[in-house]
Amino acid sequence: MTRFSLGKYLLPTYVFLTFLFLMVPIGYTFVFSFNDSIKSNIIWRGFTLDNWLNVCDQADVCGAFGNSLLVAVTATTVSTVLGTMIAIALVRYRFKFRSATNLLLFLPLATPEVVMGAGLAAQFLDFGWTKGLTTVIIAHVMFTLSFVVVTVKARVATLDPALEEAGRDLYASPMQVFWKITFPLLLPGILSAAMLAFALSFDDFIITQFNSGSVDTFPKFVYTAAARGIPPEANVVGSFVFIVAIAIVIAVQVRSAMKKRKLLSK
Amino acid sequence: MAFVAFGSQAPTKEQGPSKTGRVALFLLLPGLFYLALFFITPLVSLIITSLKAPSATGAIGRYDLGLEFGNYVYAVTQYAPQIFRSFSFAVLATVIALAISYPIAYFIAVKSRNRPLLKGILLTLVVAPFFISFLLRTFAWKQIFSNDSLVVNVLKDIGIFGADSYIIGTNFAVVFGLVYNFIPFMTLPIYANLDRLDLSLVEAGSDLYASPSKTFRKITLPLSLPGVISGTLLTFIPISGDYVVASRDFLGGPDTAMIGNVVEANFLRIQDYPTASAISVMLMATIVVLVSAYVRRSGTDDLL
Amino acid sequence: MATEFIARGQDLELKGIRKEFPGFVAVDNLDLKIPAGEFFALLGPSGCGKTTTLRMIAGLESPSKGEILLGGKDIAGMKPHERPVNTVFQNYALFPHMSVLENVAFGIRQRKLTEPLAKAEKALAMVELEHLAQRRPQQLSGGQQQRVALARALVNRPSLLLLDEPLGALDLKLRRQMQIELKAIQMEVGLTFLHVTHDQEEAMDMADTVAVMNQGHIEQLGAPEVLYDRPKTAFVAKFLGQSNMFIGKVTETNSETTSIEYKGKKITGLTKRSEKVTGVIAIGVRPEKTNFHETEPVSDPGLNILGPGEITDIRFTGVSNQYQIDIPGIGVMTVFAQNVGRSPVVELGAQVYVSWKIEHSFGLSDLPSGVEEDQ
Repeated sequence: MTRFSLGKYLLPTYVFLTFLFLMVPIGYTFVFSFNDSIKSNIIWRGFTLDNWLNVCDQADVCGAFGNSLLVAVTATTVSTVLGTMIAIALVRYRFKFRSATNLLLFLPLATPEVVMGAGLAAQFLDFGWTKGLTTVIIAHVMFTLSFVVVTVKARVATLDPALEEAGRDLYASPMQVFWKITFPLLLPGILSAAMLAFALSFDDFIITQFNSGSVDTFPKFVYTAAARGIPPEANVVGSFVFIVAIAIVIAVQVRSAMKKRKLLSK
Repeated sequence: MAFVAFGSQAPTKEQGPSKTGRVALFLLLPGLFYLALFFITPLVSLIITSLKAPSATGAIGRYDLGLEFGNYVYAVTQYAPQIFRSFSFAVLATVIALAISYPIAYFIAVKSRNRPLLKGILLTLVVAPFFISFLLRTFAWKQIFSNDSLVVNVLKDIGIFGADSYIIGTNFAVVFGLVYNFIPFMTLPIYANLDRLDLSLVEAGSDLYASPSKTFRKITLPLSLPGVISGTLLTFIPISGDYVVASRDFLGGPDTAMIGNVVEANFLRIQDYPTASAISVMLMATIVVLVSAYVRRSGTDDLL
Repeated sequence: MATEFIARGQDLELKGIRKEFPGFVAVDNLDLKIPAGEFFALLGPSGCGKTTTLRMIAGLESPSKGEILLGGKDIAGMKPHERPVNTVFQNYALFPHMSVLENVAFGIRQRKLTEPLAKAEKALAMVELEHLAQRRPQQLSGGQQQRVALARALVNRPSLLLLDEPLGALDLKLRRQMQIELKAIQMEVGLTFLHVTHDQEEAMDMADTVAVMNQGHIEQLGAPEVLYDRPKTAFVAKFLGQSNMFIGKVTETNSETTSIEYKGKKITGLTKRSEKVTGVIAIGVRPEKTNFHETEPVSDPGLNILGPGEITDIRFTGVSNQYQIDIPGIGVMTVFAQNVGRSPVVELGAQVYVSWKIEHSFGLSDLPSGVEEDQ
């Protein structure tokens, strides 16, 4: 029974080509970070390491990057704490207004950024608050919260309640049960959620643009620079972040694969 | 929903909620209060602002409370082309993204199920574009498609393009950019769903004389529908509000403005807050309708 | 917080315990007394309330009504971590992020007692797993995990040890082995064990006293042999083994014997082994107490005789042969005959008589469900 097996290669080929396609802008950004350009990074002039070595020559780039980091770290911390609390409550506790809570948590995921950004800006206007670092952080906590809840919730749901019951049975008070049993076991999920929140906050543009006033974050800097030409230092920062992120993801995967192998070996 | 893909690797065991009491309230209230203050109230602010009238003092950017429903009429009539264009782009980009993403999700979730290393690599690659700033990605395409780029020149040489042809600023460029940026949003929910597909169902199909393509159409495809719907919502909604891709500084041109561009312009430059708010409210209302249709079918527990 | 641990081996008493959940009652007016140092089994089908009862004793659920007295003191209001009671959970609930040794030492540490690790090592030695002390629970087999769970509970010397179907996940051979070990450990340390299970063989094998639970209340309580030999209700009779059941109106009763009429035949049992002696009652007999004969046995006041009937089914189960005998006008009876090498009539279709001694009959207090009182 012979069957023409071209079909077998069709899908993998397609996938391979698609992934190549997905990588194009990444490659482009990386390559052009080495461009020996003066201000605008549009035409290739020549290879140089100067951009990488002296990335803060373009002071705006580093400043914006610093702001993005500050905002992301702060927002991630607040959002992760609040979101973890909600996730635990959702999975472990019975309470009356569950449907409404689910809906309230879901809505930010389904709302276009432009609506959330405009809404917050309108509100800050009504309150009379000046837009700046604080308003950006407030905005970032808001839209990352639901993502944290979803991620941690998935992890809480896999936690066997019998483990906590065993803790109480073995003389641990509720607080001790939480810190010695629940929290360590939830930690991978919480860290995942924190990383997700950080990534979302760092890369956010639309909501930030509406609510940051004169404060520049990295995406905002790129946007405003796009008109006259994005300096190669921005490419450097972008590529750097990419490399760090990929390295973390790979490290996590390798570590969990090694752990799995170690557990199975004995 | 979608984001189980980001979360834990273990499949979720069903654990029912077991405890009641005030601890639940203590855990919930801070976060929910925060959302009420900084998500719900802004939406209310938007509605209120959309009904404001120009200030009696005549100052630019200043408005008084009012019930100017006429703002909506103005917004719709003034910006009808952009509104129509936004939804056309969103629909088109979503459909194309679906067509591109489904096979990828299928390949990772079904065909690579037995090779965790490959699966891990592919998933990382799908998500990788996220790690480069959205703006840098889009800007890269702008450079690649710009008027004196390699791509355009080659197309001109081959003869597909005339001497005056260009890519940037066309509808094609905008849709292309939208599709590119949102492929991961479409792929991951479908992947999450297909990952849980019980392959013995597919085997049962072929055991019962269905050809591979029939098995796919009658078994796999219907079962993956929830993932497809998730992915569609998760793609369509952000696209409909996007304005970076269509911005004139990126892949857009004078004729490609979307709703988002209108809101941005009115809010941040023209300071016509009522019009910007009216458009935002209408956009939000449309999305709420879409999502309600989805929720009515599957209930709220599945949402998160 | 200094938790006082009363001397071990406390009596446990449940008085009028009731547990309601939204929509149903799990435990209804339960009274139970377990003397110190006993191995006690709570036996019943799923959903009968046995696990709920165990959780109430552990403090993981609180009763809607009633008292739980440990050594005379009501512990119903105490939180789980305040009670000198420990549980071996059904799926072991070993902490995956701690080593086996740390798991076992956990309770000692929480109570802030001295030398937690030394004590944990001793407990592990008792279950012969001291060589696995540094492993993680996920690296252990099911049987090993079960023993670690046991050590983790026992190391705390609780007044009462609760076991929630701990052997359910093990295969047959391992289960049998663990049953022997558990019983040996209990006898060695002298603690009170409360073992919850749905496996009647397990309960009868290990326990000093068995309580059979059904739909939230205890149907019968007593030593395993007594429960098996003299079930008082139809549920207990059916749950603890097979029986042949005859339902009929009482025709005569005196201080020695009670008889019923069953489809024209007379079936007799001893009055002291009958719960009810008026009206329509059910009399049963265990299949292994019956015999079959090729020729009609001589009639005897001490024997119930039925037949002739045809052997319609024979099943060979290793230890015994199980025969189904269809007696026209009566019904199908089950007879077990031990496989001792001699061969009684074994062919299908053979015509035989069935008999049993009247002192092996038992009279129940109720009728099997689905049967109504006629007449």
